[in-house]
Amino acid sequence: MAEFRLPPNSRIRKGQHFAAASGLKNVRRFAVYRYDPDGGENPRVDTYDVDMDSCGPMVLDALIKIKNEIDPTLTFRRSCREGICGSCAMNIDGANTLACTIASDSVRGDVRIYPLPHMPVVKDLVPDLTNFYAQYASIKPWLQSRTPAPPDRERLQSKAEQERIDEPAACILCACCSTSCPSYWWNSDRYLGPAALLAAYRWLVDSRDEATGERLDDLEDPFRLYRCHTIMNCTQTCPKGLNPARAIAETKKMLVERRH
Amino acid sequence: MSDFEFIDHSYDVVVIGAGGAGLRATFGLAEGGFSTACITKVFPTRSHTVAAQGGISAALGNMGADDWRWHMYDTIKGSDWLGDQDAIEYMCKEAADAVIELEHYGVPFSRTEDGRIYQRPFGGMTTHYGEGTAQRTCAAADRTGHAMLHTLYQQSLKHHAEFFIEYFAVDLIMEDGACRGVVAIDLATGRLHRFRSHMVILATGGYGRAYFSCTSAHTCTGDGNAMVLRAGLPVQDMEFVQFHPTGIYGAGMLITEGVRGEGGYLTNADGERFMERYAPNAKDLASRDVVSRSMTIEIREGRGVGAEKDHIYLHLEHLGPEVINERLPGIAESARIFAAVDVTRAPIPVLPTVHYNMGGIPANYNGEVVTSRDGNPDAAVAGLMAVGEAACVSVHGANRLGSNSLLDLVVFGRAAAKHCAKILRPGQRHAPFSADAGQNSVARIDALRNAKGGRSTAEIRLEMQKTMQNHAAVFRTGESLGEGVEKLRSTFASFADVRVSDRSMIWNTDLVETMELENLLLNATATIESAANRRESRGAHAREDFPDRDDTNWMKHTLSWVDEAGKVAFDYRPVHLDTLTDEVESVPPKARVY
Repeated sequence: MAEFRLPPNSRIRKGQHFAAASGLKNVRRFAVYRYDPDGGENPRVDTYDVDMDSCGPMVLDALIKIKNEIDPTLTFRRSCREGICGSCAMNIDGANTLACTIASDSVRGDVRIYPLPHMPVVKDLVPDLTNFYAQYASIKPWLQSRTPAPPDRERLQSKAEQERIDEPAACILCACCSTSCPSYWWNSDRYLGPAALLAAYRWLVDSRDEATGERLDDLEDPFRLYRCHTIMNCTQTCPKGLNPARAIAETKKMLVERRH
Repeated sequence: MSDFEFIDHSYDVVVIGAGGAGLRATFGLAEGGFSTACITKVFPTRSHTVAAQGGISAALGNMGADDWRWHMYDTIKGSDWLGDQDAIEYMCKEAADAVIELEHYGVPFSRTEDGRIYQRPFGGMTTHYGEGTAQRTCAAADRTGHAMLHTLYQQSLKHHAEFFIEYFAVDLIMEDGACRGVVAIDLATGRLHRFRSHMVILATGGYGRAYFSCTSAHTCTGDGNAMVLRAGLPVQDMEFVQFHPTGIYGAGMLITEGVRGEGGYLTNADGERFMERYAPNAKDLASRDVVSRSMTIEIREGRGVGAEKDHIYLHLEHLGPEVINERLPGIAESARIFAAVDVTRAPIPVLPTVHYNMGGIPANYNGEVVTSRDGNPDAAVAGLMAVGEAACVSVHGANRLGSNSLLDLVVFGRAAAKHCAKILRPGQRHAPFSADAGQNSVARIDALRNAKGGRSTAEIRLEMQKTMQNHAAVFRTGESLGEGVEKLRSTFASFADVRVSDRSMIWNTDLVETMELENLLLNATATIESAANRRESRGAHAREDFPDRDDTNWMKHTLSWVDEAGKVAFDYRPVHLDTLTDEVESVPPKARVY
């Protein structure tokens, strides 16, 4: 019999509530997933009432305020706070995004914050991204060419050629897309996922790269590429507005085209 | 931690930090056959280089005549004659090669019509020694740092460089005045690791987070500078903190100088393009210290914009959606998200915001850390190098020009790897550590993990940041700096009463932030005390009580040591006015007008 419930040690319990001081006029409730690997207890959801009149606009501002003023044990990654480093990717109000670029105002009701879905949780909002990074490395994300580069100047590339890599090269490796993909949830051991495939596409369409054939050979696999079932959660959720689903579709087209 | 044991490692070279400089050094070494470990507290592509926007300077001449000698002149003038001219010559001469190399690695640079790397004008970058405007800053739209950092990480993967990711470096291991390795904590387990190496390269970046409002990431906490100070070595020129003219008002995010490079301009409450008054030639493209001071004066004299008249407008509406979409898409996005502004219709509210630290660990153009010892102001410290923003080479002197930072990273990251290849051989034997190597770090971390004091990390940090913001700002006076020094001393002392709430071993960010605060306090102390000590105005250090540059008494680098109690000692190193070769003449000091 298939088991449809989470194993007992993964079930999420109700956690602590941290009430705001009385008399505050503009209070929002943040419900945050907590998991303490040292304690051996089940994960829980703690709730924090935050005074929004003394808080910055973004969800990350609220998380930092909670850590600074209410509960210093709350654990999450963050760095640039302007949507370019990709550290603070998490599941907010049911969708994967960056905590630093989503306003608390844009969420109705309690702001529910969970780690990126379907990844092993190291602690609280910190997922283990080892496999995600290994998949990125596996597509050989560097320029490969046999023709030697001109010794004293750049390789030439037209504006039109550059435009083809401009968008896929803007990926910040936040993992929002891959961890929003049901196909990746089931097969992340063998399916590369949208982020790694977008990275592969970035080199497939780079006019300077000469390993297109090998790159396509490596992708032509029922799992690595073809576990994409065009669900398009990746494109829907990308906090940078990129389109991994299209990159995957284009890659599939390239594979079809080269057969003829 | 009584049953405590280190996990030991041995490498030819250990690099700390995986930003632009750290990665360039790391794969340069890996390529050269050295066993190399790169220790980084964040995954490499999360390092703050990723946030650099406008570009990387190099006199390629793709968009008009250019010459590395003009670039060198601009950099010396930008530095207000505190830059070391040998190092500046090295950087500007290597620039073209370093940028071409980046293109060959695959950086997705924007292109000109004829397929070459696109270059834009930037502040202080001129042709013919100040005559015309240079187009020297090579750009990948307005995410050049992102393009570069990802490419450098990709090259590191290609060369199978070894990374210790989400490891926080704690202390240098010094024996007989030489650096022998480092102690680092693995965030995932809380275990302490001891790395033995023939060379440690510090590439730990700046310390913008010593201030309340900065463009810098949360992780910019000057860890390498603090490790050097704890090792009894000095930092240099810490009083020189760059305020970027255009941080988003309130939020502090960076809006690249490339906006003004593409034709954007600043206005005051009267709608006046006031930079024309302060810098008749360069106008909005004067160097950053000049623009930040001009904006501050406008606000002070009541011509700021907004309800509180406390900021300035940056216009790019007139550039049109096409130019904005092609060359400044990231800015449009940031302005929309963080200032609720549609840049095709309205100006961005901006304010000078802490951005970059010209000061740092004194180093020469080979990357070797230097100190003043036995009458030698250029004495190298064995086993230790510093590169990138953490280092003070000093190519930026008292004020860095925009787009010289990304250049600094790759040129000196590469120089450090090259120099290692000259002075080391792969696989040399290591002498054993002394019995107590690293034990001081164990004691310190143990004490912090169990700290039960009365003040939270966040409370002490905020107090420090407010003091720095109010007392070591764009304009400074002896009186205000003196007050700041007193306040910061008391904040520094209160760290003994810090409280850490998280006692866990795994991913204890409360502990890490506390160690980062300890590092920031050392950096802040060196900064504000050096500022109080330097009685002249030069570059980013503007003293209202000493408004002029004083070359007779102050054309010298400040060295500052900060001991455990926060007590500061000063010494000085002469500025290198001599060039490296006879391919170019030294530029003698003169008045700095834009």
